[in-house]
Amino acid sequence: MTAPEDTDLQCLGVCKNFGSVKAVQDVSLEIASGSFFSILGPSGCGKTTLMRMIAGFEEPSAGDIRIKGRSVLNVPPNRRNVKMVFQHLALFPMMNVFENIAYGLRCQGLDKAEIRRRVHDVLERIALPDVADREIHQLSGGQKQRIAIARCMVLDPDVLLLDEPLGALDLKLREAMKIELKLLQHQFNTTFVYITHDQSEALVMSDNVAVMNNGRFEQVGTPQELYHKPASAFVAGFVGDANRWNGRLEAISGQTATVGTDGGLSVRCSVANGETLRAGSPVELFVRPEFIHLERTAKTGGKDALSGVVDSLLFNGANSRALVRAESSDLIEADITLTGGTDDIKPGERVHLSWAPENALCFPASGPAA
Amino acid sequence: MKHRDARRLSLILLFTPFALWIALLIILPHIGMGVLSLREKVGPRQYEFGFGNYIEFAMEPIYWNTLLRTGWMSLFVTAITLVIGFPIAYYIAKIAGRRSRGALFLLCLVPLWVSDLIRAYGWILLLRETGIISGLLQWAGLASQPVEMLYNDAAVIVGLVYTVMLFMIVPLTSTLDGMDDAMIEAGYNLGGSRLTVLRRIIIPYAMPGIVSGCIIVFMLTAGSYLTPILLGGKNSSWFTETIYDQFITRYNWESGAAFGFLLLAFTSIVVWLGLRLSGQSLATTMARD
Amino acid sequence: MRVNTAYMIGYRLYLAAFFIFLVAPLFAAGMFAFNDSMFPSLPWKGFTFDWFFNDTEPKLGMFHDKRLLRGLYYSFVIACWVSVLSVTVGTCNAFLFVRSRLPFKNVFYIMMIVPLVIPGVILGISILVLASTIANGLDDAYDIDLGFLRPGLLLVVLGQFSFITTISSLVITARLRKFDASMEEAAFNLGASRLRVLLTVTLPYLRPAMIAAGIVAFLVSFENFNTTLFLVGSESPLTITMFDRMAKVGSTPVLNAVSLFLMVASGLLALVSVLVQRDKSTG
Repeated sequence: MTAPEDTDLQCLGVCKNFGSVKAVQDVSLEIASGSFFSILGPSGCGKTTLMRMIAGFEEPSAGDIRIKGRSVLNVPPNRRNVKMVFQHLALFPMMNVFENIAYGLRCQGLDKAEIRRRVHDVLERIALPDVADREIHQLSGGQKQRIAIARCMVLDPDVLLLDEPLGALDLKLREAMKIELKLLQHQFNTTFVYITHDQSEALVMSDNVAVMNNGRFEQVGTPQELYHKPASAFVAGFVGDANRWNGRLEAISGQTATVGTDGGLSVRCSVANGETLRAGSPVELFVRPEFIHLERTAKTGGKDALSGVVDSLLFNGANSRALVRAESSDLIEADITLTGGTDDIKPGERVHLSWAPENALCFPASGPAA
Repeated sequence: MKHRDARRLSLILLFTPFALWIALLIILPHIGMGVLSLREKVGPRQYEFGFGNYIEFAMEPIYWNTLLRTGWMSLFVTAITLVIGFPIAYYIAKIAGRRSRGALFLLCLVPLWVSDLIRAYGWILLLRETGIISGLLQWAGLASQPVEMLYNDAAVIVGLVYTVMLFMIVPLTSTLDGMDDAMIEAGYNLGGSRLTVLRRIIIPYAMPGIVSGCIIVFMLTAGSYLTPILLGGKNSSWFTETIYDQFITRYNWESGAAFGFLLLAFTSIVVWLGLRLSGQSLATTMARD
Repeated sequence: MRVNTAYMIGYRLYLAAFFIFLVAPLFAAGMFAFNDSMFPSLPWKGFTFDWFFNDTEPKLGMFHDKRLLRGLYYSFVIACWVSVLSVTVGTCNAFLFVRSRLPFKNVFYIMMIVPLVIPGVILGISILVLASTIANGLDDAYDIDLGFLRPGLLLVVLGQFSFITTISSLVITARLRKFDASMEEAAFNLGASRLRVLLTVTLPYLRPAMIAAGIVAFLVSFENFNTTLFLVGSESPLTITMFDRMAKVGSTPVLNAVSLFLMVASGLLALVSVLVQRDKSTG
């Protein structure tokens, strides 16, 4: 375990019950100082509740929350050094930018000159030095974001919580803001805890991600770990795209197994560490589209191969995808590049799909899928 | 937990002004009025419990005639206000452009900011024989001598309609404003005529607004004092005047209290009937504000 | 939508006739304020400001007529009190209905609306009865004469307050409903105490509605007659004074002058209240 001074935020077995509803179940995490940590999960998984507990607006039913090594359970929300950027930003419309940012400083009782210095300092750092006198409604979406962050950062918090702040922005702005947020985090070198349901946000910006479902952490790791080595069917299905099949385990030896899908295929796949599966148990199989090779001619000796007819093409430049209908009438997605030339695959063509067994992942069936 | 106690304390603190206001200024006085109305004077400074005041009301035709007359005329005024006001409200809510809508709405509110008294006074100046309309008629040759248009029922009705008009327009406008234009367009698109669309789409939708407007207008009209007196003169016989008479002129507070209660009961019954007939309830119309 | 031009012209004419109807009596009342005649009626005898500013009988101008001025003063004082009290209680009520966990909220809400539906006359007499009963009771039993419970300024204020509070409660509640509670949490998160959050975030947000409610309360109180009539004592507000004058035969156009003055003043105040509520930074 890392030394307490190196972790800005620790949760130890945190639980929260609303009546009989278990919103958060036994969540533990450790976040190193200065890192960008995301909590990723679908709506209703409990991530907002967890965040509110860290900020102090809800009390955990059990467990402890420690900031820089010290428990904050008895500290009221207005005294914790954890600042929060709300989902709709909650900027104060009856104050201008300067007053908004200065609000926390005034609560601390600093004198005017000091307040002015700090406000202008933080405005410089977010690259908006001239907006101090503007009214909130005069700002653009991206500017409001940065002001909301500045309002928190000027107070030099130990941890900054961000509650799905990019939801209200349109696509291009969202993409730009992802990069900006990452840069701001490095700039201030503060621990950011970011909650979202959008996995691309989590993967792009974070040093570590926790995938949350039904109040529990399914997996905590780097974005690469989550993507390439998912620990459960939920994570495999939630993070990134994947083709998904239900089936039954036919044989298993070590890390490799053979699965018979419901559609009649027999496929080799790899099994995640620590899973003990027996032949005959129901499983789910995941293969990512980028690992599926699509060719016009069949590969020889392809045990993990299918043939089918191209049903339709989803054009997206370099990220184009072909939807192939296999003989078992499953619809399989495979990544292809459409150059616009005459050699491109066209709908109606017969093609052959194959993949390496290491790229097919197999998990015990998880019930109703995410 | 301290938090919970603080919550309870703040709830009690917040509730106190409300409770004091309603209890001391509304509930208690009405109970007092009710109690007073049940006292009968049997001798100097001697009072007894009894329904004498109410019986007196029932026995004297002039009293219950006045009440009924007040009721009928109030209903009539309500109907006229609705018919006149609906097109105006519709125009403001649906037809007027964004800028003119605000201006028109404000213009409608103009009579509100001026006292009942000044409004009645203005009508006196218009309608009396030395007034403006009479003068215009004479000037136009339509009358050979001053025309007295005051001191009759028509004048009272005109004055009352004027006074309560905007209380009909405001709820109507706000209800119609919330109506999706697409509904009306769909009505036309499916082949409806102007009348059909009005009857089957607009009016049913606006019903809560219509009913709440009518309730407010009816209660205001029945409870009106200045307009009937000033514009109706000796022939006005409006029930509020009867109440004033009993209270101030005759100093018969018991009787006055009884009459007050009767007015309240009467208007409440009419309102309740109206709500029942139109299929609305108090919650859907008034408490929407 | 089919727009028949003849239909629209007819509609617009109807609209115009309606607005003429609305303005006519006010115009009549105001117009005669400038008539150089002893009576507020035709014939027109020339234009004059005398009815405002002249200081000699029999043409006593409004600003020199002691009784009218006193009436104006009392009306002003009463309206100020009613306005302040009703906005205060109205704000409490807004928080009570929008924010607190009061049981039976719906029942209490209907109770709050009821005063608007009761005829002003009844409000007046009921309060008069209660106050007099208490005053008489105390007088008979303990020989205490509580003057303020007799018809007079306090009773007038209470009588008007009883229903005007409903109006201001509705105005302020409407605004509070639109308040985004996360702003309070944000302020809290930034380190403010509960009181500070209330004073620096919530109340400033409510301010336009509180001002508008105050102005509406002021205007409604100023022009009130029915309830005031039963509660008034020896110090009568303007509406009562004017009514007394009007009842006497042959009142002078000074009443028209007062009417015009009130119309202009009310109009300006109403305009202010509308502008305040249209504040752009409502967000």
